[in-house]
Amino acid sequence: MTGPVLELDRISKQFGDNLANHDISLNLAKGEIVALLGENGAGKTTLMSILFGHYMPDSGKVTVMGRELPPGKPRAAIRAGVGMVHQHFSLAPNLTVLENVMTGTESLWLPASNAAAGRKKLLEISERFGLKVDPDARLGDLSVGEQQRVEILKALYNDARILVLDEPTAVLTRIEADKLFSTLKDMARQGLSLIFISHKLDEVMATADRIVVLRGGKLVAERKREETSKAELAELMVGRAVKRPVRDASTPGEVVLEAIGVTVRTGGVDRLKSVDFRLRAGEVLGIIGVSGNGQATLAQLLSGTAQRSAGSLVLFGEETADLTVADAVTSGIGRIPEDRNREGVIGEMTIWENAILERLSRFSRLGLVDRKAGVAFAARIIQAFDVRGGSPTSRVRLLSGGNMQKLILGRNLIEPPRILLAAQPARGLDEGAVAAVHQRILEARRAGTAILLISEDLDEVMALADRIQAIVGGRLSPSLDAEDADARSLGLMMAGEWEEREVVDAV
Amino acid sequence: MRFERREHRPAALVVAAPMIAVAAALAVAGVLIALAGAPVLEAYWKILTSAFGSRLSVTETLTRASPLILTGLAAAVAFRARLWNIGGEGQFYLGAIAVAAASARLFDGWSSAAQIPLLFIIGAVAGMLLLLVPLWLRLRFSVDEVVTTLLLNFVSLLFVSMLIDGVLKDPLAFGWPQSEAVDAAARLPKLLTRSRLHIGLVMAVAIAFAIHFVQSRTVFGVRSRAAGLNPTSAVFAGVPLGRTLVIVAMISGGLAGLAGTIEVLGVKGYVTSDLSPGYGYSGIVVAMLANLNPLGVVLAALFTAAMFVGADGMSRSVGIPTYIADVTVALSLLSMLIAVFFTQYRIRR
Repeated sequence: MTGPVLELDRISKQFGDNLANHDISLNLAKGEIVALLGENGAGKTTLMSILFGHYMPDSGKVTVMGRELPPGKPRAAIRAGVGMVHQHFSLAPNLTVLENVMTGTESLWLPASNAAAGRKKLLEISERFGLKVDPDARLGDLSVGEQQRVEILKALYNDARILVLDEPTAVLTRIEADKLFSTLKDMARQGLSLIFISHKLDEVMATADRIVVLRGGKLVAERKREETSKAELAELMVGRAVKRPVRDASTPGEVVLEAIGVTVRTGGVDRLKSVDFRLRAGEVLGIIGVSGNGQATLAQLLSGTAQRSAGSLVLFGEETADLTVADAVTSGIGRIPEDRNREGVIGEMTIWENAILERLSRFSRLGLVDRKAGVAFAARIIQAFDVRGGSPTSRVRLLSGGNMQKLILGRNLIEPPRILLAAQPARGLDEGAVAAVHQRILEARRAGTAILLISEDLDEVMALADRIQAIVGGRLSPSLDAEDADARSLGLMMAGEWEEREVVDAV
Repeated sequence: MRFERREHRPAALVVAAPMIAVAAALAVAGVLIALAGAPVLEAYWKILTSAFGSRLSVTETLTRASPLILTGLAAAVAFRARLWNIGGEGQFYLGAIAVAAASARLFDGWSSAAQIPLLFIIGAVAGMLLLLVPLWLRLRFSVDEVVTTLLLNFVSLLFVSMLIDGVLKDPLAFGWPQSEAVDAAARLPKLLTRSRLHIGLVMAVAIAFAIHFVQSRTVFGVRSRAAGLNPTSAVFAGVPLGRTLVIVAMISGGLAGLAGTIEVLGVKGYVTSDLSPGYGYSGIVVAMLANLNPLGVVLAALFTAAMFVGADGMSRSVGIPTYIADVTVALSLLSMLIAVFFTQYRIRR
């Protein structure tokens, strides 16, 4: 072994009053996988951006293969063999895979692009690391997992010896994530060195050789994988022991919502196919499934943004006509959307405006918005739900993801709703925030709210749900009591196994 | 050197940005004036005195600003909701010709009090209708309204040309293509005697305040802002997207039509195909200079009007083409865009 391939030496970086990185030193050996673990805002991405030359450090230096990198020069980092795979891909959806990979690798003054050589090199790399792609596919037509593969290939195409991946699994399904990690391990075996950023303990423990924990901009611990445990890492990451809350026993009340044979057709496709479910007051019904199987449509149906084309929906004992957003909100359905930034909040508007936007009729008189009441409402949410980082009049964009989610929870739960629709409520949040969100959901359950929890995270569903149904290809399985559920039975449900059983029963 | 997004927009910077932008634009224009061989300071002095130096020049500047405030508001209201109405010029002309036709043919002999309010409505409705067509195309078929509104400007102008050289042609105009004059009772009252300044200015400023109120205080204002900033979130929160955009389009098109109305009734009295020196297009610049703020639109319209009136006077005395006004206004738009960028980002070494 000839010393580390990468050394970060006493890196510090300050944004305004916020010390994003404080005196962090880190090294990486050839063939090693290091996980950079920390909560959102711990400084992981800042540190990697300094490594890659996106940011200038206030002090400290970066050394790659024994040579110091000039700060703030991404080109120099690329030339030194550092490749970065961003969380939000830096690829052009209207170009082909090959064009995307070759972009920026050739001089703009060449009379013609040498696509043939590029294609050969791309295919060699893809062969060597088992990353299969079609060079001529349009990027926009690929799935997210395939797009990520292209992003990795692009880094390798630039002869990266050190690969940095920023939260690579944030956008992937479980199966895609497993595949990615086996690829990463294979790459390490072939002599590449990898750093991946994560806040998920499972994947860190499964993949990394060494784990570096950041908290509040400081490096708080460094552990070999064999010498640590999930519990220890969780504590190091959050700075205190966190435990996700688990539901206690309860007796559900009357049925508040019942779907009978509901079909939803959008864009000429049946997104939900004759689904049945019942939701009782004071219980959590978990809907599990691999994303893209109709969860979004189910959430839209109950949010009032999609209408059914067949079947009936019985709300509080009454058959409903089309359910609009206004109907949903006024009849007491709280709604936590799947995608905070795209659906939940409007970043450029203030916290108080975001708090009342779906209840404008209540916070207005004769068409005039009651600003005072809105600000007071937002202040109540901020206080009761511990939203940090903003006052009622500051813009939502300034809040972190966890605090945005608290705001969304707050506007739905501050006056207990009769039904709560929670779509992926903890997605992308760090451990501390996940525990807080779960706590709130269980409190609402105790207060008698009927909760429909749509989630891909089995641990989350097992901890919170009383009953579980799986969604596969727009169909819902029969419900399974949580007591009878284990990883295997849920796995079978998510694979659509119940249908076969029905067929067998019929015979 | 690189740019970093600011966490907060400092209030002082937001206020200073347009001023710095205008100063920078004037400085660059000064280089052009010097290249044209004229004394720079004298040229600026002439612009200033020609725009504000006498009773006549002040009233002329204000007369010019009146339709600009309305077209500026038309653009600002639409852009706030991300409805890219580039068709202010066409809506201006359609409003103008509708009013001229109605006054000359329908209301001949009516009293002012009966005619003028009706004419305002007719002019506004004409502008509205011209914008509702592209909006319908966008909502129904996702046709980009930038293209449709822009192209409708030419359709509208050619339509007006056809009318003023045809059925509406004034037989007393010695063969010039111009519309019949509006009824004398339809002319807007003057604000000052011995000037062209008319009550349209008061109306335009009042409308600016009204729109500011609507945008900041009403349910509709919050909804239209939400629809513009993040349509998906707006729909999730129950904002009726289509209906909101229709109302926005009606206001925007109506204001541009109204600008044409006051220009005919207040200043010219008839329609020619050069009634507007690009008020519809300049309205877009005015809206951007004001950063889409309705009250800022009033100031930006005054600045733009002053540049045009001032450059007219300057060109007569120092011999620089009046195009320098167009260049300066365009430069201030560019520098304003840069200035707005710097209120959102800061430079890191």
